[in-house]
Amino acid sequence: MTILEEKATAPAPAQSRPEPVHHAEPSGLVKWLTSTDHKVIGKSYMFTSLALMIIGGAMALLIRAQLASPHSSLLSFQQYNELFTMHGSIMIYLFVGPFAFGGLANYVVPLQIGAPDMAFPRLNALSYWLYLGGSIIMLLGFFTASGAADFGWVAYAPLSSAVNSPGAGPDAWIAALILTGFSAIFTGVNLVTTIFYLRAPGMTMFRMPIFVWNMLVTAILILIAFPVLTSALVMLYADRHFGMDIFSVKGGGVPVLWQNLFWFWGHPEVYILALPFFGVITEIIPVFSKKPIFGYKGMVFATLAIAALSTGVWGHHMFTTGVVLLPFFSLLSLLIAVPTGIKFFNWIATMWRGQITFTTPMLCAIGFLITFLIGGLTGMFLASPPVDFQMHDTYFVVAHFHSVIFALVIAAIGALYFWWPKMFGWYLNDRIGKVQFWLLFVGVNATVIPWYILGLHGMPRRVAVYNTGMGWHALNIAATVGADITGVSFLVFLLNVYLSWDKKVPAPNNPWDGTTLEWFTSSPPPTHNFTRIPPIRSERPVWDYNHPDAVAIPAHKSDNNDKHASPPTGASGDDGGD
Amino acid sequence: MKVEGVVLISIGIFMAVVSVGYWFWSGEPSGTAMLIGSVLLGLLPGGYYYWWAKRMRPRPEDRPDATVKEGAGVIGSFPHGSMWPLVFGAGAFLTGLALAFGWWFLPPGAGLIVVATLGVTMQSRRGGTI
Ligand code: HEM
Ligand SMILES: [Cu+2]
Repeated sequence: MTILEEKATAPAPAQSRPEPVHHAEPSGLVKWLTSTDHKVIGKSYMFTSLALMIIGGAMALLIRAQLASPHSSLLSFQQYNELFTMHGSIMIYLFVGPFAFGGLANYVVPLQIGAPDMAFPRLNALSYWLYLGGSIIMLLGFFTASGAADFGWVAYAPLSSAVNSPGAGPDAWIAALILTGFSAIFTGVNLVTTIFYLRAPGMTMFRMPIFVWNMLVTAILILIAFPVLTSALVMLYADRHFGMDIFSVKGGGVPVLWQNLFWFWGHPEVYILALPFFGVITEIIPVFSKKPIFGYKGMVFATLAIAALSTGVWGHHMFTTGVVLLPFFSLLSLLIAVPTGIKFFNWIATMWRGQITFTTPMLCAIGFLITFLIGGLTGMFLASPPVDFQMHDTYFVVAHFHSVIFALVIAAIGALYFWWPKMFGWYLNDRIGKVQFWLLFVGVNATVIPWYILGLHGMPRRVAVYNTGMGWHALNIAATVGADITGVSFLVFLLNVYLSWDKKVPAPNNPWDGTTLEWFTSSPPPTHNFTRIPPIRSERPVWDYNHPDAVAIPAHKSDNNDKHASPPTGASGDDGGD
Repeated sequence: MKVEGVVLISIGIFMAVVSVGYWFWSGEPSGTAMLIGSVLLGLLPGGYYYWWAKRMRPRPEDRPDATVKEGAGVIGSFPHGSMWPLVFGAGAFLTGLALAFGWWFLPPGAGLIVVATLGVTMQSRRGGTI
């Protein structure tokens, strides 16, 4: 194995000619297996997580097929339990999160701040291998004698104990999540360090694209939350195998402690999933509205506020346990509506009177806004304990979090259509993209809206059969049809990837007249990303460079007054800080 | 560097307020312990950055008027490729299998992890960042 290294030098100013550098590199499989390039790792993350999403989605369709008739015998109870557990686990642990912080952030953050790579490229590669290994171990659960884990994606004690859930399947689930937990923590460290140390000159914190800000905050949340989950899993494993009795009453343990630990990770986790996609649409909306983002600093502070509050609300998942402080958790949960409202206001204000072009990414951004709004508002209902006592463990809760998470999926599709030309140098077909968007948008809402009503009518979650006399049948059929439409939308996506690949339409560096640094370099970018870089004088350096005569728009200028300008000093050795 | 420090310190202060409120209102130890962990996660690195920010000249990326030229020169050494993450990952994978399927996966898993750790260290000594 040869060691291939290069001292990365800073890119030249935009005015000078680029000097292409060529390296002898391994090719093919070896190149992929040994790559530490954030762009390669980012793409591997994206495609692995999308593949897992298709697996998890197929499970969801089986679950829906079972529920389409009241006393269906398509699946046994055991199979049903395994499927809803693995569906939830794959989607939350292996798809949305890794797609966001392992895939998108990995690819886009270094480009947007003008960095040659992530700060720790080999650690970054390790994150990916841990994630891949963990994902394989989780799926191996299906091939064990006991079957896959069947205690729900939340693994509540005492159901998850060795007595109640014996076998290798649950152990595989735990081992998988320990690996992916470390993977997430390493990615968090990597992102924070990259954002703190590898920004281009002039890229002050308050000139970073909002996506980068959101990823910084996401990474900090990862560092707060994931260590708790990983240690809780180690405790659970110790309980199961070494009789530690941390979570079992018989040995003097406290089962509800599991819920405390789990949700201390679990609620920040939902924002670890959501904030990256808030960032995505904050990139998409200004570009396709031809306006700077409204209220840049407001967006940053709203993100920080959401993240900070989200660490103090975990108890809202435990209202019905009777051992949490209802007013405290209710209050903090309701407070999250304030910064989220600010964000919605700013997104709409950015579109207001803009020259909107309804491309697929823009449609997805709008679809995200609507779907997330429904999920956020029903979250507010659930955050009120009297409502939650009624709704807990019904389909209303299932509908709430699926609204939220489907909104993220819609934004993820938008992100793919938006950055695809940058990643591959050719476009995804926009017309097929629109078909896909509408199928997805209609499909997910046709799934969740019946669920809200079912929840209000008292249908509990996690049941494989139900009685005919409850009036639930028609709504369940509607939800199943919605889920199938959602499934079709992903087939359309695969078809689009194939057709667009077959007849490539080459993309220029800046296909959308984007404003941030990733649109300055070539599509796809070279190794170490930039051969030259424009001067950075606002949070829209590429716009400034391409439109030198554009009238400065006061709203965004005033946000970036050079308040902390210091006398120009020549950079000399010791001010690197590291 | 200063803004970086202030962001982390503010998170620490906010979490401190929440921890105090939570402890006196609920008296529940596990949540309080985790909240205090978050306080430290904000204050320790945040304080470190802030301390340095006071003592060093702003870096080009901290200054709104910095020119691209100021960032010229070597900014770090980035490996082009490395097999050690894969080897380490394979070791961790086997260790994960050991947790679920039997302890005989552990020796090869641990072995690969040790080899990869040595490998990556040697590679770093020849220049490079992990
Ligand atoms: C506006 C902020 C939000 C509030 C106030 C809120 C509130 C709640 C409440 C009170 C529950 C518990 C319901 C119950 O089990 O009885 C819940 C469940 C859930 N929420 Fe939210 N939520 C919010 C945003 C989100 C976001 C952004 C996500 C995901 C990205 C999300 C994902 C979930 C999940 C996965 C569950 C169900 C967990 C389970 O029991 O399996 N929520 N939410
Ligand atoms: Cu929550």
